[in-house]
Amino acid sequence: MAEFFAMGGFAAFVWPAWATVIILMAAIALASLRRLRQTEATLTALESGASIKTDIT
Amino acid sequence: MQRIDATGYMIAMQRFANPANFLKLATRLTPFAAAIAFILLAVGSYLALFVAPPDYQQGDTVRIMFVHVPAAWMTTFCFGVMAAASAVGLIWGHPVAYVAAKATAPVGAAFTVMALVTGALWGQPMWGTWWVWDARLTSVLIQLFIYLGYMALWNAIEDPVRGAKATAIFALVGAVNLPIIKFSVEWWNTLHQPASIARVEGPAIHSSILTPLLIMLAGFTVFYIWLLLVRMRQEILARRIRTLQLARTRKLQVGEAG
Repeated sequence: MAEFFAMGGFAAFVWPAWATVIILMAAIALASLRRLRQTEATLTALESGASIKTDIT
Repeated sequence: MQRIDATGYMIAMQRFANPANFLKLATRLTPFAAAIAFILLAVGSYLALFVAPPDYQQGDTVRIMFVHVPAAWMTTFCFGVMAAASAVGLIWGHPVAYVAAKATAPVGAAFTVMALVTGALWGQPMWGTWWVWDARLTSVLIQLFIYLGYMALWNAIEDPVRGAKATAIFALVGAVNLPIIKFSVEWWNTLHQPASIARVEGPAIHSSILTPLLIMLAGFTVFYIWLLLVRMRQEILARRIRTLQLARTRKLQVGEAG
């Protein structure tokens, strides 16, 4: 296992490269999903008419 | 016969171009795309990190290739999608095409950053430098600026109809950089190695490395398709909200006037 993490002495390059890709892909995926959920919630509120009053005041 | 086929195709495209129909289809496809992307990326990563042998020249740094090459592939693929979608939008005026181009831009920019960072981390141990101002690396950096410029243009224009057209023209002009990236390793002297998969003679890589690489390429592509569906759904719903709010303000103004 230690040998696997050592990556033949190139651990300092292989793991940051993979980490960059995993973190960026996860970040853009989570951000996009969160924005979709928020937009869906706003639209549901608008269409049900619940927010008309708050819009006026 | 030909005419009927073409008409059927046009009708199918028209239905697909309708945001409401697209929304229904996209919502149904999203979980499948997510599942396929997850499986491909999991299997590909396992093969890339545990099964593929270290390269006889590059040792274990070759494992950077399994994320670097797919990220670089997506850098050009995403902008190709944006340029094609922009052309469809300009020619046929399909609103969903513009939405696809807009939703792709930040994803393409993210893949470009991944390609540049993983490339630097591969370049340092193999070339002895993080960065060189050669044709391949510089043209990919320019591609990042083209993505950012496209996104800035969307933000700068308030009217979404005018914004769609201006950004579409920007995307078509920016697509000039795609062949430059592709052929940069042939046209100019460079440290970067030439293409080893898409060659006339066939791939120059052994299957123990080629198979995980192809699975990762497919995984990145399906991951992008999943993200595209999620982001396009968000964009279409956001436009619906804007329309609803506009209609409401108008009603209010009419009410006050009367």
